[in-house]
Amino acid sequence: MLSALLAKVRWTQRHLLGIRDLSRDEILAVLSVASALKQEKDLGAPLKGRRLLAFFSEASTRTKLSFGIAARALGLEVIDLSPSGSSLTKGETLKDTALTIESMGVRFAVVRHSASGAPHFISRTVRGAVINAGDGANEHPSQALLDLLTMQEALGRTSGLKIALVGDITHSRVARSNLWAHAKLGNEVTLVGPPTLVPREAAALGARITYDLDAVLPEADVVMMLRLQLERQQAGLFPSTMEYHRFWGLTRERFARLKKGAIVMHPGPMNRGLEISAEAADSDRSVILQQVANGVFVRMAVLLLLDQAR
Amino acid sequence: MSTILIRGGRILDPASRRDEPGDLWIADGRIARGPGKPDRTIDASGRWVVPGLIDMHVHLREPGREDKETIAGGAAAAVAGGFTSVAAMANAGQPVDSAAGVAYVRARAAETGLANVFPVGAVSKGLAGQELAELGTMAQAGAVAFSDDGHPIANSELLRRALEYARPWNKVVISHCEDTMLTRDAVMNEGRVSVELGLRGWPAVAEASVAARDALLARLTGGRLHLAHVSARETVDILRFMKAAGAPVSAEAAPHHLTCTEECLRAYESRFKVNPPLRAQADVDALVAALADGTIDAIASDHAPHTVEEKERELAACPNGVVGLETTLGVVLTDLVATGRVSAMRTIEAMTTAPARILGIDRGTLADGAVADVTIVDPHLRWTVDPARFRSRGRSSPFTGRELRGAAVVTLVGGRVVYER
Repeated sequence: MLSALLAKVRWTQRHLLGIRDLSRDEILAVLSVASALKQEKDLGAPLKGRRLLAFFSEASTRTKLSFGIAARALGLEVIDLSPSGSSLTKGETLKDTALTIESMGVRFAVVRHSASGAPHFISRTVRGAVINAGDGANEHPSQALLDLLTMQEALGRTSGLKIALVGDITHSRVARSNLWAHAKLGNEVTLVGPPTLVPREAAALGARITYDLDAVLPEADVVMMLRLQLERQQAGLFPSTMEYHRFWGLTRERFARLKKGAIVMHPGPMNRGLEISAEAADSDRSVILQQVANGVFVRMAVLLLLDQAR
Repeated sequence: MSTILIRGGRILDPASRRDEPGDLWIADGRIARGPGKPDRTIDASGRWVVPGLIDMHVHLREPGREDKETIAGGAAAAVAGGFTSVAAMANAGQPVDSAAGVAYVRARAAETGLANVFPVGAVSKGLAGQELAELGTMAQAGAVAFSDDGHPIANSELLRRALEYARPWNKVVISHCEDTMLTRDAVMNEGRVSVELGLRGWPAVAEASVAARDALLARLTGGRLHLAHVSARETVDILRFMKAAGAPVSAEAAPHHLTCTEECLRAYESRFKVNPPLRAQADVDALVAALADGTIDAIASDHAPHTVEEKERELAACPNGVVGLETTLGVVLTDLVATGRVSAMRTIEAMTTAPARILGIDRGTLADGAVADVTIVDPHLRWTVDPARFRSRGRSSPFTGRELRGAAVVTLVGGRVVYER
């Protein structure tokens, strides 16, 4: 069933650098392959004998783990080249990292980096497929794909939805990948947060912008809370975490005003009590743990699709 | 010295508004009246004969960062690009903030013997933006202008004093307009594209607001001010307003700002990372219109070489700056002149008479008796930009791979042929 599906879907990407580069059909292909993988009992090890290299120059727990689990489930050998656990020292240039990856002859390189465009830079050197696991404030494509799979399972569809993205849009790669995805799939996105963290230019990407979370909540099918980096307060982008919580946190009171059937999402890791209350995070409307679980299947799907595009 | 006849070219001399076919005679290193007995005849039919081009904004990095560029390399790049004179900014590896520094640059340039290299002295000691450097002594030693370029002068009082103090020597202060509080960690223009790409933006207001302050200080003090590398349409508006208000202010634009936009950053390539950043199409259009009507006086490359190692990095980690000496003429001829947006006369003026006037140097004209710095241009020559062929040590160019039409084919400095294509 899986192989028949893989033979049928249209996928032309050599790398997964961003949702921006995908067609609507390619996004849907990932979702259908991921769904099929969830049903598959005996997968075998279709990518056995190939290597996946993880290069995470920024801290990551769930994304790195999730890629590792996905890779091993497909029979891939996983190599970790992340700076903390290797002889790579600070000061090595990204060019040398790319050349190192290339010389190891890997099929996949999963890259997380603090600089927007770093995976694009690496993809110009390596022959293997580069998968962006988060670059600066640009994109985190596998996160948006797992978000979509979770929406599909919880709401039964991935188009015609009203989605509120709440928090620090300016610095969020999760927000950008979601924005691109929803623009392609026909969902209506509203960006909510303090004006200092919601760039007005984002309207040109097809999103509505508001600063009033209370006005959005009764309408939204999906409320996606983004992680607030505490250093943004030190950078003067908002006055205090308490004020942020007061205006843009999903408090218990606000959570009670959600539309019937609406779901709560968060890419993690959460600041409980800041952008999201325990009531919201732990409720039955929260699909946050499903997001984590779906991450593995979506990443398996991406690996299979990229493998067959070579 | 020898006598040279440049025969049958289109003579374009903005200083005299002369644009006609004719012969140009050179004797003893100066423009001469013919006829005579030439030792050498250069056929210029189908070509333009123009005053030697002047690039009033280059970074030659020496002394101190000879890994990025040398005065010899920069001078060789200059003459290959048709430039007979360049003004070298003070932010070399060791700041040129003293008469000794100025003398060093001149001596190295004289040894090289290609282009004229006119040193720009620092406004502040060590380019630190705190205390005035010895402007008078540097002027005596041959500095043609003062600038902390590379850094803005954040301290308004310091800029005010520099503009006042430089007046007795009639030297211009060149300002790099940037409010760095608004540009921290920025890698590109702030706007729709930076938001799309998740890159930190540099808003146009960070340039325009400082340009307004600087032009007001020039009017207050009567000191001559020149705005380096104008990039934003707001700055053009301010410039136009302040010129009309009688402020002693001039400005330049760089070829990349006149022809490229922020869209170039979409592949995250470091060869498009410059300071100020490439802006939007509306900014490009405003700059071209301002160049055409003279609001922007000069074209200057902001030739800013870096090592390959420095530029071959992700955008956030690589330095700002690209080379320009060997591409400027081809780019402006292709994108501004051949497209009819700026006339040949005005373009050549912006690369000769205008910078000569701003810097107060006796160059940029083909008048009888003038120093025979002459560039012969083939406006039809087709070529492709290939950094491997640059004489500059810098390799990073936004124009790599571009097919251009027009190039310098012969460059003469002081009546001597220093470059032939």
